Amino acid sequence: MPESSNRIIVTVVGQDRTGIIAETSRVLADANVNIIDISQTLLGEFFVMILIADLAHASVALEELKSRLAAKAAELGMKIDAQHEDVFKFMHRV
Amino acid sequence: MRSFRFDPEEILETVKMVQMENLDIRTITMGISLRDCAHPSLQSAALRAYDKICRCAGSLVAVGDSLEREYGIPIINRRIAVTPIALVAESSDAGDYVLMAQQLERAAGEVGVNFIGGFSALVHKGMTRGDRVLIGSIAEALATTERVCASVNVASTRAGINMDAVNAMGAVIRDCAQRTRERDGLACAKLVIFCNAVEDNPFMAGAFHGIGEPECVINVGVSGPGAVLSAVRRAPDADLGELASIIKRTAFKITRMGELIGRRASERLGVPFGIVDLSLAPTPVQGDSVAHILEAMGLERVGTHGSTAALAMLNDAVKKGGAMASSHVGGLSGAFIPVSEDIGMIEAVAAGALSLDKLEAMTSVCSVGLDMIALPGDTPVETLAAIIADEAAIGMINRKTTAVRIIPAPGKAVGEWVEFGGLLGRAPVMAVNAHSAERFVRRAGRIPAPLQALNN
Repeated sequence: MPESSNRIIVTVVGQDRTGIIAETSRVLADANVNIIDISQTLLGEFFVMILIADLAHASVALEELKSRLAAKAAELGMKIDAQHEDVFKFMHRV
Repeated sequence: MRSFRFDPEEILETVKMVQMENLDIRTITMGISLRDCAHPSLQSAALRAYDKICRCAGSLVAVGDSLEREYGIPIINRRIAVTPIALVAESSDAGDYVLMAQQLERAAGEVGVNFIGGFSALVHKGMTRGDRVLIGSIAEALATTERVCASVNVASTRAGINMDAVNAMGAVIRDCAQRTRERDGLACAKLVIFCNAVEDNPFMAGAFHGIGEPECVINVGVSGPGAVLSAVRRAPDADLGELASIIKRTAFKITRMGELIGRRASERLGVPFGIVDLSLAPTPVQGDSVAHILEAMGLERVGTHGSTAALAMLNDAVKKGGAMASSHVGGLSGAFIPVSEDIGMIEAVAAGALSLDKLEAMTSVCSVGLDMIALPGDTPVETLAAIIADEAAIGMINRKTTAVRIIPAPGKAVGEWVEFGGLLGRAPVMAVNAHSAERFVRRAGRIPAPLQALNN
């Protein structure tokens, strides 16, 4: 199995409010991270946004990006996570 | 949404399993052969072992840390298993191998792992001089080190039970307890006595690097009682067939994470990937209990009638789900039922629902054996030996691994508690049968290997 892509999946969970997409994507854009796909849904009372992004041309490492997202999450009062896409591919498929 | 290459529900399920259900990789264990470290001088052999461990495992912790960050999956432990030390040390004529344990301890500290397993001997049919020396060194080795773990294989389905070794180990357990009496006999928590020991087990305290293993290998132990517990709780009305399917699906997902982390760790360390051990390994944390899964299946308390059947089903479903998820399954693979490391087990013992006898019965259908059980400090060594013999007999006849890790807590009586702290947890002292088995175990010799046909 080759070491796969540079794609990550960002999940944002919390109370719905204005500017979630804008704020989250600004963090990614500032790091030169390209957003490939984005979806949002409501899970019970929670707003859930799932975003696939490509780190191929990112100006920062995943670790730094995660800490920036965490800072943004604290500011928004949301929970933001970024994980390598392999985690999701692997868990549900052989 | 259709263009989305992932199902949002699956993504959320993954996030939930990690964040809310304690899904984690329990251990990345590097197996290292020390066969080439043998030397007529024990001092030289020990230094060679130290050097080799540091060379092979130098970046193990850093790679574990980086995988944890990138994939967002907690990896709780990084550990090392080495060739059974009796095989490495017996080229020397040393009278004890404590020096070897000290160098293993130093190497473990140097590379930053919390446990190193393999202060071990395989004596299921008989003992060499080196095996005897090793067994004689265990108590001091474990009492004077923090990270070294020991194990001795005293029986197998093909060889039978070596009762001389069983007797010796009863005495070693007692000695370990006495030497660490001010810590409730902690050294006993680092000693496992096996029947049918496996060569690629990544879990402590029983991990060692078997003689059929490569130079160096990465084995991964997954965990995940919390994820299985949540899945079972979501299906209160499912019949048992459906419930088995639910457990299988969850075990599949848990094991996939182990497979992913194992493959990546192997690539980055440049070391072959051995196996995923798909065990449900509990911790004393709330929500990480195998006992609570059995209770969610419908038992008022684990230990009551039906516990063996529920555990048998759980264990089998975990294996079936996990086996599909990994290209190489190995190790112990099943559900662990330690007492002190599982909050539900502790509660059941405290409530009087779970006895030593029932635990023994349950070990005939689960992956390991009598694990982390505190016994009265005055339990006779012959009784300790008889407990080991019973457990070995279950493994021998059922062609499975069984193990004994018991702690006769010095100065403690039934109902009192032992406290080990951390992952080792705490446990109430359990009663043993007061009647003697001394005449039986003192006959010594070997219990012959069983027939492999006429299986009824």
